Amino acid sequence: MATPKELRYSKEHEWVKTEGEKLRIGITEFAQSELGDIVFVELPEVGDEITADEPFGSVESVKTVSELYAPVSGKVVEVNEDLNDSPEFVNDSPYEKAWMVVVEPSDASDVDKLMTAEEYEAMIKE
Amino acid sequence: MVELQRTPLFDVYKQYGGKTIDFGGWELPVQFSGIKEEHEAVRTKAGLFDVSHMGEFELKGTDSLAFLQKMMTNDVSKLKIQGAQYTAMCYENGGTVDDLIIYMLEQDHYLLVVNAANIEKDFKWLEDHLEGDVELKNISEDLAQLAIQGPAAQKVLQQLAGDLDLGSIGFFKFNQEVNVNGKSALISRTGYTGEDGFEIYCKPQDAASIWHDILEAGKEEGVLPCGLGARDTLRFEANLALYGQELSPDITPLEAGIGFAVKLNKEADFIGKEALTQQKETGLPRKLVGVEMIDRGIPRHGYAIYQEEKKIGEVTTGTQSPTLKRNIGLALLEKAFTEVGTEVEVEIRGKRLKAVVTSIPFYKREKK
Repeated sequence: MATPKELRYSKEHEWVKTEGEKLRIGITEFAQSELGDIVFVELPEVGDEITADEPFGSVESVKTVSELYAPVSGKVVEVNEDLNDSPEFVNDSPYEKAWMVVVEPSDASDVDKLMTAEEYEAMIKE
Repeated sequence: MVELQRTPLFDVYKQYGGKTIDFGGWELPVQFSGIKEEHEAVRTKAGLFDVSHMGEFELKGTDSLAFLQKMMTNDVSKLKIQGAQYTAMCYENGGTVDDLIIYMLEQDHYLLVVNAANIEKDFKWLEDHLEGDVELKNISEDLAQLAIQGPAAQKVLQQLAGDLDLGSIGFFKFNQEVNVNGKSALISRTGYTGEDGFEIYCKPQDAASIWHDILEAGKEEGVLPCGLGARDTLRFEANLALYGQELSPDITPLEAGIGFAVKLNKEADFIGKEALTQQKETGLPRKLVGVEMIDRGIPRHGYAIYQEEKKIGEVTTGTQSPTLKRNIGLALLEKAFTEVGTEVEVEIRGKRLKAVVTSIPFYKREKK
């Protein structure tokens, strides 16, 4: 199960990648494997505000609906429209093709409160 | 937490990558390789399911038939030895106790196969109504059940069934004491996927060996072990009712679209007959239909359906159909809104999204 070292992780299985002032967000390899075949992704719109620990969208597998929880608060500046037509990217490429949103965080230091790859790995082992 | 029940095949799941979930108190595999892949295997090749959680009752005695005629909506007198019949059991008000399959083993000797979640309820319901020379026994623990489903099912199972020609078993017919590679089993041409296939009833201690033998025999044909996830999407596409969704104490078999299993003109009085007859005469208040999303979204069990500001029903089952790749659902709607082509709205996470009433079943296999 891949957990890239350069990313930060939330307890709700989102990953966060720092890109200058902005943060790119998606769900982890572990999360997609637990969910199974993803068939639908619902994301916010550019300009929407998201709030840490609150739902900002959802992913649906054949069997269930799961909410996406925002790892940080901020404003959405980019949304991955490719996931409308290719939700399977979440299964095939969770850290690359299946990024979900890019946000401008309200507080840049929030990222430091998220787990490191080692901490996240320890959590999912439990 | 209550301890989950397990089938005799529990230890086998891990070996094949099964991922288990709590399914109505049972720890059962939701998937092995993946729901879509397993679904596809059953539609094009074959899949193997553990359905040992299903309940089985044995019924014996000279008044068995009269008792079944009183309890069941279908006409059990039409059943012959080595034949099986799908039926419902109803309350006096026409609501559904359960849907089940009755196997006629011999004269005055039947096997009833009921839903796992309803075993205790059904047993009590039947027991409370016993009369005459009838002996009812819950033998759920004494039987395991496997299902092999899909176009290649017969070819694969035949390799293990030796001298018995499986082609001689017709739809909803069965043979007892079939030798399956050294183990004895009851084999019926029945299933819950919309495909051709068989259900295999055997002793719990023989289940793992038959499971391995089938997967080994089916390797070339591409037979996959399948979980409950695929079982649900397969039965959904074929419009096979699931108790707790399409059927419940609040839904009659007529509303749920299984009127073919309700014989209102059979001679015997059965529990619920009066209510169902009345419902038929005055017109059904609700009807099960298909809905397909026009807007982006997936209908799910329990989602409300509206037209204008009026709530007209609910989704009973919904998903993205793996065969059709469309976002569809079964829905129980007020009769006035059930014509194919009617535009409705499904409420998904607080938003009203456009959908249209469609015909069902969504999938029907091509007959050879």
